[in-house]
Amino acid sequence: MPTFDLSITPLRELNSALHRVEKGSNDTHFDILNPRGHHAVAVGLSGSLSVEIKGSVGYYCAGMNDGGDVTIHGSAGPGVAENMMSGKVTVEGDASQYAGATGRGGLLIIRGNASSRCGISMKGIDIVVQGSIGHMSAFMAQAGNLLVLGNAGDALGDSIYEARLFVRGQVKSLGSDCIEKDMRPEHHEIVADLLRRSGITGVTSSEFKRYGSARKLYNFHVDNADAY
Amino acid sequence: MCGIVGLFLKDPRLEPELGGLLSDMLVTMSDRGPDSAGIAIYGKPVRGHSKITVQSPDPEHDLRVLENNLAAAGIASSVELKDTHAVIDSTADPHAMRTFLASHHPHVRIMSSGESIEIYKEIGLPKDVVNRFDIRKMAGTHGIGHTRMATESAVTTLGAHPFSTGPDQCLVHNGSLSNHNNLRRELVRESIVFETENDTEVAAAYLTAEMAKGKNLREALTSALEDLDGFFTFVVGTKSGFGVLRDPIACKPAVMAETDGYVAFGSEYRALVGLPDIESARVWEPEPATVYFWEHAKAA
Repeated sequence: MPTFDLSITPLRELNSALHRVEKGSNDTHFDILNPRGHHAVAVGLSGSLSVEIKGSVGYYCAGMNDGGDVTIHGSAGPGVAENMMSGKVTVEGDASQYAGATGRGGLLIIRGNASSRCGISMKGIDIVVQGSIGHMSAFMAQAGNLLVLGNAGDALGDSIYEARLFVRGQVKSLGSDCIEKDMRPEHHEIVADLLRRSGITGVTSSEFKRYGSARKLYNFHVDNADAY
Repeated sequence: MCGIVGLFLKDPRLEPELGGLLSDMLVTMSDRGPDSAGIAIYGKPVRGHSKITVQSPDPEHDLRVLENNLAAAGIASSVELKDTHAVIDSTADPHAMRTFLASHHPHVRIMSSGESIEIYKEIGLPKDVVNRFDIRKMAGTHGIGHTRMATESAVTTLGAHPFSTGPDQCLVHNGSLSNHNNLRRELVRESIVFETENDTEVAAAYLTAEMAKGKNLREALTSALEDLDGFFTFVVGTKSGFGVLRDPIACKPAVMAETDGYVAFGSEYRALVGLPDIESARVWEPEPATVYFWEHAKAA
């Protein structure tokens, strides 16, 4: 079980060691000490590695993750788990701007709050936030699920495509073309599954409202010509 | 991109360490902006005394003679030289000193004036700027630092942050304003003089003008949300206060930490990791379009 202390070891050494792990290797669990807000910690993981980061990180932690299981025992700076392909990233504290941006797959769990632009342009990732999310979250979200146990800020789901947004608390305002929709049986199943996979108990799918696209911005409409 | 740090001490026992703590924070932010760096330190005011911090590209010629020339004009002062800067400490009327400097030493630039503020700023990396002015040895109640990646105006000493446009006031900025030219024209009509073409100077002057109308810093920052357009994360200092404001879009980063001993600001968490008791601090991201403000109890 390799341990890297980032107060001693350069970040580049850690990331190249993570990238060098071969399929079938016995050393697939990494502990990272003293991250001290470093940028780009544990980015570009490929395969079933598990990484525990003991502290708070800066920009772009666990970006481009493809199969890794990363836990941040602290808070994360902007762009945590950006463009995740598969795997799991858990933030025990809060996450800054654009958490899970452009993610194509995998599961991002944020135990605290996420700030603005959470899940911006998400393309298939599942994001679970136990606290609240900031403004312009799920902007132009294309696919995947965003589940929020707290509240959502202004302009949720602006210009959204086909992602599903589930919010348990209040939504300050909905963005353009984002509307509340019925919770059908399949949505209850999706929410229950996300809660189960995130290890959240004592919360039921019936406590959530669903938001999604009104699909009015998809095609050119002559009445909107003045807006271009 | 720019880097901002700020530290407002609640526990007086930390005051001797202010310069050291703030220097470490600023050096950590070096890769957010390598063009120029500056720091404002608020020391303990001495009753009846005022301080003017001045700068000259030719300190040997311009600054070494200041004390004698001021004395010859009937203004008693003590002048401490620090690299390209000098601090003039005097019981004379600060307005008279400024008038004398403007007429007799037009090449000397005024960085700040007031009872407690000193501003040091130069072109170069934070570590060099901090060393040149021996910032680490400075004590104080609160301070603000900035490292600049220039976007809106030239890389010069006067274009570096913090900007000070009123007594004991200063402001640093990460972002860019889009209505600064218009606002500058309005402020010029109110007889405010500008030193640069810089957008941040306009924001600083705007707050000074609002406070001159009787607003406190919190009220002036609230009006700024209406009147300033563009991207900004501001950290602002007054003689006894420390404020933070982000624009409603809030894309310029900010993180804050508070303990019983201090309130700290950093563009990134990295800037805060060396602070005492950071592990047990309350750490949060300041909300968009929300005024944050702390003030020391005013001395009687």
